[in-house]
Amino acid sequence: MSLAHDAQLTVGRATKAQRPARTWPEINNPAAWAVAAILLIMPLIASGFFLIEIFATTLILGTMALSLMFLAGYGGMVSLMQLTIAGFSAYMVAVFGVSGNANISLGWPWWLAVPMALALATAFGTLGGALAVRTEGIYTIMITLAIGAAFYYFTNQNWAIFNGHTGINNVATPHFWGVNWRADIPFYYVVLAVAALCYFAVEYLSRAPFGLALQGVRDNPRRMAALGFNVNAHRVAAYAFASFVAALAGVLQVWNYRQISPGSVSVGACIDVLIIAVVGGITRPIGPFIGALIFVLLRTFALDFLVRLGLDGNRFRLLIGLGFLAIVFWSSDGVIGLWQRWRQHQRREVSRSGGGRGHG
Amino acid sequence: MDSVAQRLSAVGAGAALELRGVTRLFGALAALTDVTITVRPGERRAVLGSNGAGKTTLFNCITGDFPPSSGTIRFFGEDVTHFPPYERIRRGLRRTYQISALFPGLTVQDNVYLACRGVSRGRFSFLRPGQNDALMHAADNLVQAVHLFAVKDQRVAELAHGQQRQLEIALALAGAPRFVLFDEPAAGLSPTERAELIEILTSLPAHIGYIIIEHDMDVALRVVESVTMMHNGRIFKEGLPQEIQSDPEVQELYLGGGHE
Repeated sequence: MSLAHDAQLTVGRATKAQRPARTWPEINNPAAWAVAAILLIMPLIASGFFLIEIFATTLILGTMALSLMFLAGYGGMVSLMQLTIAGFSAYMVAVFGVSGNANISLGWPWWLAVPMALALATAFGTLGGALAVRTEGIYTIMITLAIGAAFYYFTNQNWAIFNGHTGINNVATPHFWGVNWRADIPFYYVVLAVAALCYFAVEYLSRAPFGLALQGVRDNPRRMAALGFNVNAHRVAAYAFASFVAALAGVLQVWNYRQISPGSVSVGACIDVLIIAVVGGITRPIGPFIGALIFVLLRTFALDFLVRLGLDGNRFRLLIGLGFLAIVFWSSDGVIGLWQRWRQHQRREVSRSGGGRGHG
Repeated sequence: MDSVAQRLSAVGAGAALELRGVTRLFGALAALTDVTITVRPGERRAVLGSNGAGKTTLFNCITGDFPPSSGTIRFFGEDVTHFPPYERIRRGLRRTYQISALFPGLTVQDNVYLACRGVSRGRFSFLRPGQNDALMHAADNLVQAVHLFAVKDQRVAELAHGQQRQLEIALALAGAPRFVLFDEPAAGLSPTERAELIEILTSLPAHIGYIIIEHDMDVALRVVESVTMMHNGRIFKEGLPQEIQSDPEVQELYLGGGHE
């Protein structure tokens, strides 16, 4: 068979065969529909505390970790600066918008301050990415961690813009159409909408040329260059997209706490995002949200749990650390990996028992 | 030979690939020394030589995987010596790798689709390909041509060795190749798979020339019309397959030297 000739001639003959639609994320899983329905009616079920402290916080942290999952899972680039980008975005909302620190904040309305913050944070992350893509593996981790650490110390010591270690307080949140969008229920829906948008964007992108090429870069950058791709440009573009996602999460975070200070962008917090993504699993976009839920539940309830056992409540990080160790030890692809292996095991069991009956 | 002459005259004069004084150093080691080669458009040539003769380094210099330390490389008249690999590929150069360089985490279909996308516009597209996407059709046809249609939705990591070698070739034939470098495409193939490989190579459109590195003489000499013999990083002999095969120096160096 002649390759290039047939490539032109046989278009349409062999290829009209059925192919699953690649145009939209595969929403054919009943469990996914159930989760979506529960998330939508959550305000009917959960109290304000659960709605914000557990679920909204989970979705915000999950979106930050999603930006890391996109880079690490599809691009093979472990960036520890995703929280720093979110924190930068949060600071910019406070600096350009309205806050209790009138000598610093410029007092722009939120609909100007937020796009400004998103643009600056995306530019910041893209620049950091342009530095990081010149390296691979552990050096990428080191460079991005260095950027995160530098930003943390800079915010601590800079008073003109970042207001030093006290940070910026009483950041204004949006009020329009007669709704206070930081009230528990409206804010929950804002967070849910942004998180869902980011989730579906990542899911959709994974099958689009840009996302496929990124996975190609992850698997074999040299071959990608030998197929006509500019590998570094692709990596920088991936950082730009991931930075935008992280920046969105940063806006939500500053609205959630109404303040931002260096403590929120510490090196420990940067590593928390990595833990969340790895615990959940970085092979699929749902992983970071599962990881974030586990993290937030542990952070919120481990303290009471430890006190009840007669231990120091401040040791809750010990529980998180042990959980992290256990999951990484048993499953290199996080909770998602555990779940998938369990499902495969179930399926094998079913087919085995089915085959046995056939023989008997 | 008549058909070869006709085919080459139909393609036209000029050089597809022109290397002048190409040298590649790895530290103090000269992997290539002063290599000068001219290959006409549509010409099919074998590069022979023992291990360490510099055959794969020659390919790496031509594609830009490792740029040459000195010398110039022209591709269809254009000086590409300092171009990054992807710029050369976009001009119609292609290559395969001796050790399969595929994307194990992706399906066969996606591997070939990436190859088609790499040499066309929209590499950064955020939009998924639709039902009638031309590149998806091109990828489907390429997958069929290398007999992998039955496994097109399998991940490449799950493929057998022979299938991976076939996919390796498919990736190099995406888009509109003008010149292809095949690096030991028959390595590890069964006799049946070798026959298929020969069929694929001989049925390539006439305007596509190639250089093939191949230890298997049965494969190499059946699919080329000229041979370059390399030794210690230099061109040792050039000529027709029969001439090279019967050359006593070559026989002593290579064919007689414990060749399987």
